Amino acid sequence: MTGGGPVIPNFGEGSHCVTHNDLFCTDWFTQNWSGVLQPALVQHVELTAKAVAIGFGIAFVAAVAARRLRFVETPFSLFSAFVYTIPSLALFQLLIPITGLTDTTVEIALVGYTLLILFRNILAGLRGVPPDVLESARGMGLTSTQILWRIELPLALPSIVAGIRIAVVSTISLATIAAFVRPVGLGHPIFDAIQDNIFKTELLAAGGLAVALAFVADILLVLTQRVLTPWSHARHA
Amino acid sequence: MADRAEPGAGQAAEIVFDHVTKHYAGRRAAAVNDLSLTIPAGEICVLVGPSGAGKTTAMKLVNRLIDFDEGDIRIDGRSVRDLNEVELRRGIGYVIQQIGLFPHMTVGDNVAVVPRLLGWPKQRVRDRVLELVELVGLEAGDRDRYPSQLSGGQRQRVGLARALAADPQVMLMDEPFGALDPITRNRLQNELLRLHEVERKTIVFVTHDIDEAIKLGDRIAILREGGVLAQYDTPDAILASPADEFVASFVGADRGLKRLALRRLSEIELESPNGTLDDAPRTTAETTLRDALSLMLTEGAESLVVVDAAGEPEGVLSIHRVSRLLAET
Repeated sequence: MTGGGPVIPNFGEGSHCVTHNDLFCTDWFTQNWSGVLQPALVQHVELTAKAVAIGFGIAFVAAVAARRLRFVETPFSLFSAFVYTIPSLALFQLLIPITGLTDTTVEIALVGYTLLILFRNILAGLRGVPPDVLESARGMGLTSTQILWRIELPLALPSIVAGIRIAVVSTISLATIAAFVRPVGLGHPIFDAIQDNIFKTELLAAGGLAVALAFVADILLVLTQRVLTPWSHARHA
Repeated sequence: MADRAEPGAGQAAEIVFDHVTKHYAGRRAAAVNDLSLTIPAGEICVLVGPSGAGKTTAMKLVNRLIDFDEGDIRIDGRSVRDLNEVELRRGIGYVIQQIGLFPHMTVGDNVAVVPRLLGWPKQRVRDRVLELVELVGLEAGDRDRYPSQLSGGQRQRVGLARALAADPQVMLMDEPFGALDPITRNRLQNELLRLHEVERKTIVFVTHDIDEAIKLGDRIAILREGGVLAQYDTPDAILASPADEFVASFVGADRGLKRLALRRLSEIELESPNGTLDDAPRTTAETTLRDALSLMLTEGAESLVVVDAAGEPEGVLSIHRVSRLLAET
Protein backbone atom coordinates (compact mmCIF):
# COMPACT_ATOMS: atom_id res chain seq x y z
CA MET A 1 0.00 0.00 0.00
CA THR A 2 2.86 2.34 0.74
CA GLY A 3 4.34 1.66 -2.66
CA GLY A 4 7.80 1.03 -1.29
CA GLY A 5 8.02 4.53 0.08
CA PRO A 6 11.50 4.86 1.46
CA VAL A 7 10.61 6.54 4.65
CA ILE A 8 8.00 4.59 6.48
CA PRO A 9 9.76 3.50 9.57
CA ASN A 10 8.53 0.51 11.45
CA PHE A 11 9.87 2.21 14.49
CA GLY A 12 12.49 -0.50 14.69
CA GLU A 13 15.30 1.29 12.91
CA GLY A 14 16.87 4.68 12.97
CA SER A 15 17.71 6.97 15.79
CA HIS A 16 16.27 6.84 19.24
CA CYS A 17 14.03 9.73 18.35
CA VAL A 18 12.62 7.94 15.32
CA THR A 19 12.10 4.61 17.00
CA HIS A 20 10.28 6.31 19.84
CA ASN A 21 8.24 8.39 17.39
CA ASP A 22 9.02 11.62 19.22
CA LEU A 23 7.34 14.83 18.15
CA PHE A 24 10.02 15.98 15.72
CA CYS A 25 13.29 14.29 14.76
CA THR A 26 15.73 16.67 13.11
CA ASP A 27 17.99 13.85 12.03
CA TRP A 28 15.17 12.21 10.07
CA PHE A 29 14.29 15.55 8.51
CA THR A 30 17.85 16.20 7.28
CA GLN A 31 18.31 12.62 6.08
CA ASN A 32 15.11 12.66 4.07
CA TRP A 33 15.16 16.26 2.85
CA SER A 34 16.73 15.67 -0.56
CA GLY A 35 15.18 12.23 -1.11
CA VAL A 36 11.61 12.83 0.03
CA LEU A 37 10.66 16.27 1.22
CA GLN A 38 12.35 18.49 -1.34
CA PRO A 39 11.00 16.60 -4.38
CA ALA A 40 7.54 16.61 -2.80
CA LEU A 41 7.80 20.35 -2.21
CA VAL A 42 8.86 21.01 -5.79
CA GLN A 43 6.01 18.86 -7.09
CA HIS A 44 3.64 20.74 -4.83
CA VAL A 45 4.77 24.08 -6.19
CA GLU A 46 4.33 22.75 -9.73
CA LEU A 47 0.85 21.39 -9.03
CA THR A 48 -0.24 24.70 -7.51
CA ALA A 49 1.36 26.94 -10.12
CA LYS A 50 -0.11 24.95 -12.98
CA ALA A 51 -3.59 24.87 -11.45
CA VAL A 52 -3.68 28.58 -10.65
CA ALA A 53 -2.21 29.52 -14.04
CA ILE A 54 -4.74 27.47 -15.98
CA GLY A 55 -7.57 28.54 -13.68
CA PHE A 56 -6.54 32.15 -14.13
CA GLY A 57 -6.52 31.81 -17.90
CA ILE A 58 -10.04 30.41 -17.94
CA ALA A 59 -11.41 32.82 -15.33
CA PHE A 60 -9.75 35.77 -17.07
CA VAL A 61 -11.32 35.04 -20.44
CA ALA A 62 -14.68 34.44 -18.78
CA ALA A 63 -14.49 37.64 -16.72
CA VAL A 64 -13.47 39.82 -19.67
CA ALA A 65 -16.28 38.27 -21.69
CA ALA A 66 -18.74 38.86 -18.83
CA ARG A 67 -17.60 42.47 -18.56
CA ARG A 68 -18.51 43.08 -22.16
CA LEU A 69 -21.45 40.67 -22.50
CA ARG A 70 -23.54 40.55 -19.38
CA PHE A 71 -25.27 37.27 -20.23
CA VAL A 72 -21.99 35.38 -19.79
CA GLU A 73 -21.82 36.14 -16.09
CA THR A 74 -24.64 34.05 -14.66
CA PRO A 75 -23.88 30.74 -16.37
CA PHE A 76 -20.17 30.90 -15.58
CA SER A 77 -20.86 32.02 -12.02
CA LEU A 78 -23.27 29.16 -11.48
CA PHE A 79 -20.90 26.64 -13.04
CA SER A 80 -17.88 27.71 -11.00
CA ALA A 81 -19.94 27.93 -7.81
CA PHE A 82 -21.29 24.43 -8.46
CA VAL A 83 -17.80 23.00 -8.94
CA TYR A 84 -16.69 24.77 -5.79
CA THR A 85 -19.35 23.05 -3.72
CA ILE A 86 -18.38 19.50 -4.74
CA PRO A 87 -16.33 17.87 -1.96
CA SER A 88 -12.80 17.39 -3.26
CA LEU A 89 -12.61 13.66 -2.64
CA ALA A 90 -15.92 13.20 -4.44
CA LEU A 91 -14.67 15.25 -7.37
CA PHE A 92 -11.55 13.07 -7.66
CA GLN A 93 -13.79 9.98 -7.60
CA LEU A 94 -15.98 11.45 -10.30
CA LEU A 95 -13.02 12.20 -12.52
CA ILE A 96 -11.10 8.93 -12.12
CA PRO A 97 -13.39 6.93 -14.47
CA ILE A 98 -12.79 9.59 -17.14
CA THR A 99 -9.18 10.63 -16.76
CA GLY A 100 -7.84 7.81 -14.60
CA LEU A 101 -5.28 7.99 -11.81
CA THR A 102 -3.31 10.69 -13.57
CA ASP A 103 -1.97 14.19 -13.07
CA THR A 104 -4.75 15.36 -15.35
CA THR A 105 -7.35 14.25 -12.82
CA VAL A 106 -5.52 16.16 -10.11
CA GLU A 107 -5.15 19.30 -12.17
CA ILE A 108 -8.74 19.35 -13.40
CA ALA A 109 -9.96 19.23 -9.82
CA LEU A 110 -7.52 21.87 -8.58
CA VAL A 111 -8.29 24.18 -11.51
CA GLY A 112 -12.00 23.72 -10.86
CA TYR A 113 -11.69 25.03 -7.34
CA THR A 114 -9.83 28.20 -8.39
CA LEU A 115 -12.41 29.32 -10.94
CA LEU A 116 -15.02 30.81 -8.65
CA ILE A 117 -12.62 32.95 -6.65
CA LEU A 118 -10.60 34.12 -9.64
CA PHE A 119 -13.63 34.85 -11.81
CA ARG A 120 -15.39 36.85 -9.12
CA ASN A 121 -12.30 38.87 -8.24
CA ILE A 122 -11.28 39.65 -11.80
CA LEU A 123 -14.82 40.68 -12.68
CA ALA A 124 -15.18 42.78 -9.52
CA GLY A 125 -11.87 44.46 -10.34
CA LEU A 126 -12.95 45.28 -13.87
CA ARG A 127 -16.33 46.54 -12.69
CA GLY A 128 -14.66 48.65 -10.01
CA VAL A 129 -13.03 50.97 -12.53
CA PRO A 130 -14.72 54.36 -12.01
CA PRO A 131 -17.16 55.27 -14.80
CA ASP A 132 -15.60 58.72 -15.25
CA VAL A 133 -12.24 57.09 -15.97
CA LEU A 134 -13.84 54.94 -18.64
CA GLU A 135 -15.73 57.87 -20.10
CA SER A 136 -12.64 60.01 -20.40
CA ALA A 137 -10.72 57.08 -21.90
CA ARG A 138 -13.40 56.63 -24.53
CA GLY A 139 -13.66 60.35 -25.11
CA MET A 140 -9.92 60.56 -25.68
CA GLY A 141 -10.09 57.96 -28.42
CA LEU A 142 -8.80 54.77 -26.81
CA THR A 143 -10.16 51.65 -28.49
CA SER A 144 -11.94 49.12 -26.30
CA THR A 145 -8.89 46.83 -26.45
CA GLN A 146 -6.66 49.68 -25.32
CA ILE A 147 -9.11 50.51 -22.56
CA LEU A 148 -9.00 46.90 -21.36
CA TRP A 149 -5.20 46.56 -21.32
CA ARG A 150 -4.14 50.06 -20.39
CA ILE A 151 -6.92 51.18 -18.09
CA GLU A 152 -9.19 48.44 -16.79
CA LEU A 153 -6.66 45.70 -16.08
CA PRO A 154 -4.08 47.86 -14.32
CA LEU A 155 -6.81 49.36 -12.17
CA ALA A 156 -8.28 45.91 -11.46
CA LEU A 157 -4.88 44.58 -10.35
CA PRO A 158 -5.41 44.91 -6.59
CA SER A 159 -8.64 42.94 -6.81
CA ILE A 160 -7.10 40.41 -9.21
CA VAL A 161 -4.07 39.84 -7.00
CA ALA A 162 -6.36 39.46 -3.99
CA GLY A 163 -8.13 36.68 -5.88
CA ILE A 164 -4.87 35.02 -6.87
CA ARG A 165 -3.70 35.06 -3.25
CA ILE A 166 -6.81 33.23 -2.05
CA ALA A 167 -6.61 30.82 -4.98
CA VAL A 168 -2.92 30.04 -4.37
CA VAL A 169 -3.29 29.50 -0.64
CA SER A 170 -6.37 27.32 -0.99
CA THR A 171 -4.82 25.34 -3.84
CA ILE A 172 -1.67 24.68 -1.81
CA SER A 173 -3.87 23.30 0.94
CA LEU A 174 -6.10 21.35 -1.41
CA ALA A 175 -3.22 19.89 -3.42
CA THR A 176 -2.21 17.74 -0.46
CA ILE A 177 -5.32 15.68 -1.12
CA ALA A 178 -4.07 15.04 -4.64
CA ALA A 179 -1.98 12.24 -3.17
CA PHE A 180 -5.25 10.36 -2.94
CA VAL A 181 -5.02 10.00 -6.74
CA ARG A 182 -1.31 10.20 -7.45
CA PRO A 183 1.75 10.02 -5.18
CA VAL A 184 2.76 13.62 -5.90
CA GLY A 185 3.23 16.70 -3.82
CA LEU A 186 3.45 17.16 -0.07
CA GLY A 187 0.32 15.10 0.32
CA HIS A 188 2.36 12.00 -0.47
CA PRO A 189 4.59 12.09 2.66
CA ILE A 190 1.55 13.19 4.68
CA PHE A 191 -0.41 10.15 3.51
CA ASP A 192 2.59 7.95 4.22
CA ALA A 193 2.91 9.37 7.70
CA ILE A 194 -0.66 8.57 8.65
CA GLN A 195 -0.83 5.07 7.18
CA ASP A 196 -0.64 2.84 10.25
CA ASN A 197 0.74 4.51 13.25
CA ILE A 198 1.09 8.19 12.80
CA PHE A 199 4.73 9.06 12.18
CA LYS A 200 4.82 12.47 13.82
CA THR A 201 8.05 13.78 12.34
CA GLU A 202 7.02 13.16 8.75
CA LEU A 203 3.52 14.50 9.29
CA LEU A 204 4.82 17.67 10.90
CA ALA A 205 7.58 18.13 8.33
CA ALA A 206 5.35 17.75 5.27
CA GLY A 207 2.40 19.58 6.78
CA GLY A 208 4.68 22.35 8.02
CA LEU A 209 6.22 22.69 4.58
CA ALA A 210 2.77 23.11 3.04
CA VAL A 211 1.93 25.85 5.54
CA ALA A 212 5.28 27.55 5.00
CA LEU A 213 4.83 27.36 1.24
CA ALA A 214 1.43 29.04 1.53
CA PHE A 215 2.92 31.83 3.66
CA VAL A 216 5.85 32.45 1.35
CA ALA A 217 3.66 32.43 -1.76
CA ASP A 218 1.27 34.89 -0.16
CA ILE A 219 4.06 37.26 0.87
CA LEU A 220 5.59 37.10 -2.60
CA LEU A 221 2.23 37.98 -4.14
CA VAL A 222 1.77 40.92 -1.80
CA LEU A 223 5.23 42.21 -2.70
CA THR A 224 4.56 41.72 -6.40
CA GLN A 225 1.37 43.74 -6.09
CA ARG A 226 3.19 46.56 -4.34
CA VAL A 227 5.70 46.72 -7.17
CA LEU A 228 2.99 46.58 -9.84
CA THR A 229 0.70 49.20 -8.30
CA PRO A 230 2.90 52.09 -7.20
CA TRP A 231 -0.05 54.50 -7.46
CA SER A 232 -2.08 52.76 -4.79
CA HIS A 233 0.37 53.65 -2.05
CA ALA A 234 1.63 56.98 -3.36
CA ARG A 235 1.78 59.33 -0.43
CA HIS A 236 0.15 62.69 -0.28
CA ALA A 237 2.92 65.17 -0.64
CA MET B 1 -4.68 63.15 -46.51
CA ALA B 2 -0.94 63.47 -47.03
CA ASP B 3 -0.82 67.04 -45.78
CA ARG B 4 -2.65 66.10 -42.58
CA ALA B 5 0.02 64.88 -40.18
CA GLU B 6 -2.57 63.75 -37.68
CA PRO B 7 -6.24 64.39 -37.09
CA GLY B 8 -7.03 67.71 -35.61
CA ALA B 9 -3.55 69.11 -35.27
CA GLY B 10 -3.10 72.81 -35.29
CA GLN B 11 -5.67 75.41 -36.24
CA ALA B 12 -9.05 75.76 -34.65
CA ALA B 13 -11.98 74.57 -36.71
CA GLU B 14 -15.52 75.75 -37.27
CA ILE B 15 -18.23 73.45 -35.90
CA VAL B 16 -21.61 73.31 -37.60
CA PHE B 17 -24.70 71.65 -36.14
CA ASP B 18 -26.99 71.10 -39.11
CA HIS B 19 -30.56 70.17 -38.10
CA VAL B 20 -29.32 67.60 -35.60
CA THR B 21 -31.85 65.45 -33.78
CA LYS B 22 -31.28 62.77 -31.14
CA HIS B 23 -33.96 60.55 -29.64
CA TYR B 24 -33.17 58.17 -26.81
CA ALA B 25 -34.88 54.82 -27.14
CA GLY B 26 -38.01 54.56 -25.04
CA ARG B 27 -38.48 58.29 -24.56
CA ARG B 28 -41.03 60.32 -26.40
CA ALA B 29 -39.41 63.71 -26.22
CA ALA B 30 -36.24 64.29 -28.20
CA ALA B 31 -33.04 64.88 -26.24
CA VAL B 32 -31.81 67.23 -28.95
CA ASN B 33 -34.38 68.61 -31.34
CA ASP B 34 -33.48 69.96 -34.78
CA LEU B 35 -30.46 71.82 -33.46
CA SER B 36 -28.77 74.15 -35.93
CA LEU B 37 -25.94 76.43 -34.99
CA THR B 38 -22.54 77.46 -36.25
CA ILE B 39 -19.61 77.94 -33.91
CA PRO B 40 -16.94 80.05 -35.58
CA ALA B 41 -13.39 78.73 -35.42
CA GLY B 42 -11.53 79.70 -32.26
CA GLU B 43 -14.58 80.77 -30.27
CA ILE B 44 -15.96 79.50 -26.99
CA CYS B 45 -19.58 78.43 -27.36
CA VAL B 46 -21.35 77.73 -24.09
CA LEU B 47 -24.31 75.37 -24.12
CA VAL B 48 -26.49 76.30 -21.19
CA GLY B 49 -29.94 75.36 -19.99
CA PRO B 50 -31.87 73.57 -17.27
CA SER B 51 -31.36 69.85 -16.73
CA GLY B 52 -33.12 67.83 -19.38
CA ALA B 53 -32.34 70.44 -22.02
CA GLY B 54 -29.94 68.09 -23.76
CA LYS B 55 -26.83 70.23 -23.47
CA THR B 56 -24.49 67.40 -22.52
CA THR B 57 -26.09 65.17 -25.13
CA ALA B 58 -25.57 67.84 -27.76
CA MET B 59 -21.91 68.10 -26.79
CA LYS B 60 -21.32 64.37 -26.88
CA LEU B 61 -22.76 64.18 -30.37
CA VAL B 62 -19.68 66.06 -31.57
CA ASN B 63 -17.20 63.32 -30.63
CA ARG B 64 -19.80 60.63 -31.18
CA LEU B 65 -19.87 59.34 -27.63
CA ILE B 66 -23.54 59.54 -28.53
CA ASP B 67 -24.72 59.07 -32.10
CA PHE B 68 -27.34 61.38 -33.56
CA ASP B 69 -30.36 60.19 -35.52
CA GLU B 70 -30.85 62.95 -38.05
CA GLY B 71 -28.96 65.88 -39.47
CA ASP B 72 -25.21 66.29 -39.49
CA ILE B 73 -22.36 67.79 -37.51
CA ARG B 74 -19.39 69.12 -39.44
CA ILE B 75 -15.99 70.09 -38.10
CA ASP B 76 -14.03 72.17 -40.56
CA GLY B 77 -16.52 71.18 -43.24
CA ARG B 78 -16.12 67.44 -42.65
CA SER B 79 -18.93 65.35 -41.26
CA VAL B 80 -18.02 63.68 -37.97
CA ARG B 81 -19.47 60.54 -39.49
CA ASP B 82 -16.81 60.46 -42.19
CA LEU B 83 -14.10 59.69 -39.69
CA ASN B 84 -13.51 56.54 -37.70
CA GLU B 85 -14.81 57.42 -34.22
CA VAL B 86 -11.53 56.61 -32.47
CA GLU B 87 -9.60 58.83 -34.87
CA LEU B 88 -12.20 61.57 -34.51
CA ARG B 89 -11.93 61.55 -30.72
CA ARG B 90 -8.13 61.71 -30.75
CA GLY B 91 -8.49 65.00 -32.56
CA ILE B 92 -10.90 66.45 -30.00
CA GLY B 93 -9.94 67.45 -26.47
CA TYR B 94 -12.37 66.13 -23.87
CA VAL B 95 -12.79 67.41 -20.31
CA ILE B 96 -15.49 66.23 -17.90
CA GLN B 97 -16.61 67.36 -14.48
CA GLN B 98 -15.36 64.24 -12.70
CA ILE B 99 -12.12 64.78 -14.63
CA GLY B 100 -11.53 61.06 -15.12
CA LEU B 101 -7.76 61.16 -14.73
CA PHE B 102 -6.21 57.71 -14.94
CA PRO B 103 -5.34 57.03 -11.28
CA HIS B 104 -2.60 54.53 -12.12
CA MET B 105 -0.68 56.96 -14.29
CA THR B 106 1.40 59.91 -13.20
CA VAL B 107 0.39 63.42 -14.23
CA GLY B 108 2.97 63.30 -17.03
CA ASP B 109 1.68 59.98 -18.35
CA ASN B 110 -1.92 61.19 -18.18
CA VAL B 111 -1.06 64.20 -20.31
CA ALA B 112 0.95 62.05 -22.71
CA VAL B 113 -1.84 59.55 -23.45
CA VAL B 114 -3.15 60.95 -26.73
CA PRO B 115 0.22 62.05 -28.15
CA ARG B 116 1.49 58.52 -27.54
CA LEU B 117 -1.60 57.01 -29.15
CA LEU B 118 -0.84 59.20 -32.14
CA GLY B 119 2.70 57.86 -32.21
CA TRP B 120 4.56 61.07 -31.49
CA PRO B 121 8.34 60.64 -31.02
CA LYS B 122 9.42 60.42 -27.37
CA GLN B 123 11.21 63.72 -27.23
CA ARG B 124 8.25 65.57 -28.72
CA VAL B 125 5.90 63.99 -26.18
CA ARG B 126 8.25 64.96 -23.35
CA ASP B 127 8.53 68.56 -24.56
CA ARG B 128 4.79 68.92 -25.02
CA VAL B 129 4.02 67.50 -21.57
CA LEU B 130 6.42 69.93 -19.91
CA GLU B 131 5.04 72.83 -21.93
CA LEU B 132 1.44 72.00 -20.98
CA VAL B 133 2.07 71.27 -17.32
CA GLU B 134 3.56 74.74 -17.02
CA LEU B 135 0.91 76.32 -19.22
CA VAL B 136 -1.89 75.18 -16.92
CA GLY B 137 -0.06 76.50 -13.87
CA LEU B 138 1.48 73.34 -12.42
CA GLU B 139 5.14 72.75 -11.71
CA ALA B 140 7.50 70.56 -13.70
CA GLY B 141 7.93 68.33 -10.64
CA ASP B 142 4.20 67.61 -10.59
CA ARG B 143 4.65 65.42 -13.65
CA ASP B 144 5.79 62.53 -11.46
CA ARG B 145 2.92 62.75 -9.01
CA TYR B 146 -0.19 60.59 -9.07
CA PRO B 147 -3.68 62.11 -9.33
CA SER B 148 -4.46 60.99 -5.77
CA GLN B 149 -1.72 63.33 -4.58
CA LEU B 150 -3.34 66.42 -6.12
CA SER B 151 -6.10 68.79 -4.99
CA GLY B 152 -9.35 69.03 -6.95
CA GLY B 153 -8.26 72.22 -8.67
CA GLN B 154 -4.87 70.75 -9.61
CA ARG B 155 -6.57 67.67 -11.00
CA GLN B 156 -8.76 69.70 -13.29
CA ARG B 157 -5.67 71.59 -14.46
CA VAL B 158 -4.20 68.22 -15.41
CA GLY B 159 -7.51 67.40 -17.11
CA LEU B 160 -7.17 70.56 -19.16
CA ALA B 161 -3.54 69.86 -20.03
CA ARG B 162 -4.43 66.32 -21.06
CA ALA B 163 -7.22 67.53 -23.32
CA LEU B 164 -4.91 70.06 -24.95
CA ALA B 165 -2.02 67.63 -25.32
CA ALA B 166 -2.32 66.63 -28.95
CA ASP B 167 -3.13 70.18 -30.01
CA PRO B 168 -6.74 69.42 -31.00
CA GLN B 169 -8.79 71.74 -33.20
CA VAL B 170 -11.77 71.36 -30.94
CA MET B 171 -12.29 70.99 -27.20
CA LEU B 172 -15.40 69.65 -25.50
CA MET B 173 -15.85 70.58 -21.85
CA ASP B 174 -18.69 69.14 -19.80
CA GLU B 175 -19.20 71.24 -16.63
CA PRO B 176 -15.46 71.05 -15.99
CA PHE B 177 -15.53 73.39 -13.00
CA GLY B 178 -18.87 72.28 -11.55
CA ALA B 179 -17.40 70.30 -8.66
CA LEU B 180 -14.88 72.92 -7.54
CA ASP B 181 -15.24 75.42 -4.72
CA PRO B 182 -16.17 78.97 -5.84
CA ILE B 183 -12.68 80.42 -5.42
CA THR B 184 -10.93 77.63 -7.32
CA ARG B 185 -13.67 77.69 -9.92
CA ASN B 186 -13.27 81.40 -10.50
CA ARG B 187 -9.51 81.04 -10.77
CA LEU B 188 -9.79 78.21 -13.27
CA GLN B 189 -12.35 80.13 -15.33
CA ASN B 190 -9.83 82.95 -15.61
CA GLU B 191 -7.09 80.46 -16.48
CA LEU B 192 -9.26 78.98 -19.20
CA LEU B 193 -9.76 82.41 -20.75
CA ARG B 194 -6.01 83.01 -20.56
CA LEU B 195 -5.30 79.57 -22.05
CA HIS B 196 -7.77 80.29 -24.80
CA GLU B 197 -5.70 83.32 -25.77
CA VAL B 198 -2.62 81.12 -26.07
CA GLU B 199 -4.12 77.95 -27.55
CA ARG B 200 -6.97 79.22 -29.65
CA LYS B 201 -9.29 76.21 -29.86
CA THR B 202 -12.93 76.06 -30.75
CA ILE B 203 -14.48 75.14 -27.42
CA VAL B 204 -17.91 73.69 -26.73
CA PHE B 205 -18.50 74.28 -23.03
CA VAL B 206 -21.49 72.86 -21.16
CA THR B 207 -22.76 74.40 -17.94
CA HIS B 208 -26.01 75.01 -16.12
CA ASP B 209 -24.61 78.18 -14.58
CA ILE B 210 -25.66 81.25 -16.56
CA ASP B 211 -23.01 83.41 -14.88
CA GLU B 212 -20.29 81.02 -15.99
CA ALA B 213 -21.78 81.06 -19.48
CA ILE B 214 -21.76 84.85 -19.61
CA LYS B 215 -18.22 85.02 -18.31
CA LEU B 216 -16.68 82.44 -20.62
CA GLY B 217 -18.78 82.42 -23.76
CA ASP B 218 -18.05 84.27 -26.96
CA ARG B 219 -21.48 82.92 -27.80
CA ILE B 220 -24.14 81.27 -25.71
CA ALA B 221 -26.65 78.71 -26.87
CA ILE B 222 -29.57 78.54 -24.47
CA LEU B 223 -31.41 75.24 -24.68
CA ARG B 224 -34.79 74.51 -23.21
CA GLU B 225 -36.37 71.23 -22.18
CA GLY B 226 -36.69 68.81 -25.06
CA GLY B 227 -33.42 69.95 -26.57
CA VAL B 228 -34.82 72.96 -28.38
CA LEU B 229 -32.54 75.91 -29.04
CA ALA B 230 -34.14 78.95 -27.40
CA GLN B 231 -31.54 81.53 -28.35
CA TYR B 232 -28.03 81.61 -29.78
CA ASP B 233 -26.13 84.84 -29.62
CA THR B 234 -23.38 86.76 -27.86
CA PRO B 235 -23.80 87.20 -24.09
CA ASP B 236 -24.37 90.92 -24.56
CA ALA B 237 -27.10 90.43 -27.15
CA ILE B 238 -28.86 87.78 -25.09
CA LEU B 239 -28.81 89.96 -21.97
CA ALA B 240 -29.92 93.03 -23.94
CA SER B 241 -32.78 91.32 -25.73
CA PRO B 242 -33.80 87.86 -24.59
CA ALA B 243 -35.71 86.06 -27.32
CA ASP B 244 -38.63 85.08 -25.11
CA GLU B 245 -39.95 84.69 -21.57
CA PHE B 246 -38.00 81.47 -21.04
CA VAL B 247 -34.67 83.06 -21.89
CA ALA B 248 -35.50 86.18 -19.88
CA SER B 249 -36.28 84.17 -16.77
CA PHE B 250 -33.28 81.91 -17.33
CA VAL B 251 -30.81 84.77 -17.53
CA GLY B 252 -32.47 86.35 -14.51
CA ALA B 253 -34.14 89.57 -13.54
CA ASP B 254 -30.73 91.16 -12.99
CA ARG B 255 -29.77 90.77 -16.63
CA GLY B 256 -29.11 94.50 -16.85
CA LEU B 257 -26.49 94.24 -14.13
CA LYS B 258 -25.02 91.13 -15.70
CA ARG B 259 -24.70 93.03 -18.93
CA LEU B 260 -22.86 95.81 -17.16
CA ALA B 261 -20.40 93.23 -15.87
CA LEU B 262 -19.43 92.43 -19.46
CA ARG B 263 -18.06 95.90 -20.17
CA ARG B 264 -15.13 97.72 -18.73
CA LEU B 265 -14.79 101.47 -18.36
CA SER B 266 -11.97 101.35 -20.90
CA GLU B 267 -14.46 100.21 -23.54
CA ILE B 268 -16.85 103.16 -23.29
CA GLU B 269 -16.58 106.80 -24.04
CA LEU B 270 -16.17 108.84 -20.89
CA GLU B 271 -17.28 112.41 -20.26
CA SER B 272 -14.50 114.92 -19.91
CA PRO B 273 -13.63 115.86 -16.35
CA ASN B 274 -15.03 119.29 -15.51
CA GLY B 275 -16.13 121.06 -12.38
CA THR B 276 -15.11 120.09 -8.93
CA LEU B 277 -15.04 116.34 -8.49
CA ASP B 278 -12.80 116.14 -5.49
CA ASP B 279 -15.37 114.21 -3.48
CA ALA B 280 -16.22 111.76 -6.26
CA PRO B 281 -15.00 108.16 -5.86
CA ARG B 282 -12.12 107.14 -8.08
CA THR B 283 -11.42 103.97 -9.96
CA THR B 284 -9.36 102.67 -12.89
CA ALA B 285 -10.39 101.97 -16.46
CA GLU B 286 -10.11 98.21 -15.82
CA THR B 287 -13.21 98.30 -13.62
CA THR B 288 -16.38 96.79 -15.03
CA LEU B 289 -19.43 99.00 -15.41
CA ARG B 290 -21.19 96.85 -12.84
CA ASP B 291 -18.51 97.45 -10.23
CA ALA B 292 -18.42 101.14 -11.12
CA LEU B 293 -22.17 101.40 -10.57
CA SER B 294 -21.87 99.55 -7.30
CA LEU B 295 -19.14 101.96 -6.21
CA MET B 296 -21.34 104.98 -6.95
CA LEU B 297 -24.27 103.45 -5.08
CA THR B 298 -22.24 102.58 -2.02
CA GLU B 299 -20.55 105.98 -1.96
CA GLY B 300 -23.81 107.81 -2.55
CA ALA B 301 -22.23 109.61 -5.49
CA GLU B 302 -23.82 110.43 -8.85
CA SER B 303 -20.58 110.12 -10.76
CA LEU B 304 -17.06 108.84 -10.45
CA VAL B 305 -13.67 109.75 -11.80
CA VAL B 306 -11.71 107.31 -13.89
CA VAL B 307 -8.02 107.67 -13.23
CA ASP B 308 -4.95 106.28 -14.96
CA ALA B 309 -2.11 104.39 -13.34
CA ALA B 310 -0.53 107.63 -12.11
CA GLY B 311 -3.79 108.74 -10.49
CA GLU B 312 -4.46 111.47 -13.09
CA PRO B 313 -8.14 111.82 -14.09
CA GLU B 314 -8.97 110.39 -17.53
CA GLY B 315 -12.69 111.02 -17.55
CA VAL B 316 -15.92 110.96 -15.67
CA LEU B 317 -18.76 108.45 -15.58
CA SER B 318 -22.16 109.45 -14.30
CA ILE B 319 -24.97 107.24 -13.07
CA HIS B 320 -27.20 108.66 -15.83
CA ARG B 321 -24.70 107.65 -18.47
CA VAL B 322 -24.82 104.06 -17.14
CA SER B 323 -28.57 103.88 -17.43
CA ARG B 324 -28.44 105.40 -20.96
CA LEU B 325 -25.84 102.76 -21.95
CA LEU B 326 -28.14 99.99 -20.78
CA ALA B 327 -31.05 101.40 -22.74
CA GLU B 328 -29.03 101.23 -25.96
CA THR B 329 -29.11 97.82 -27.56
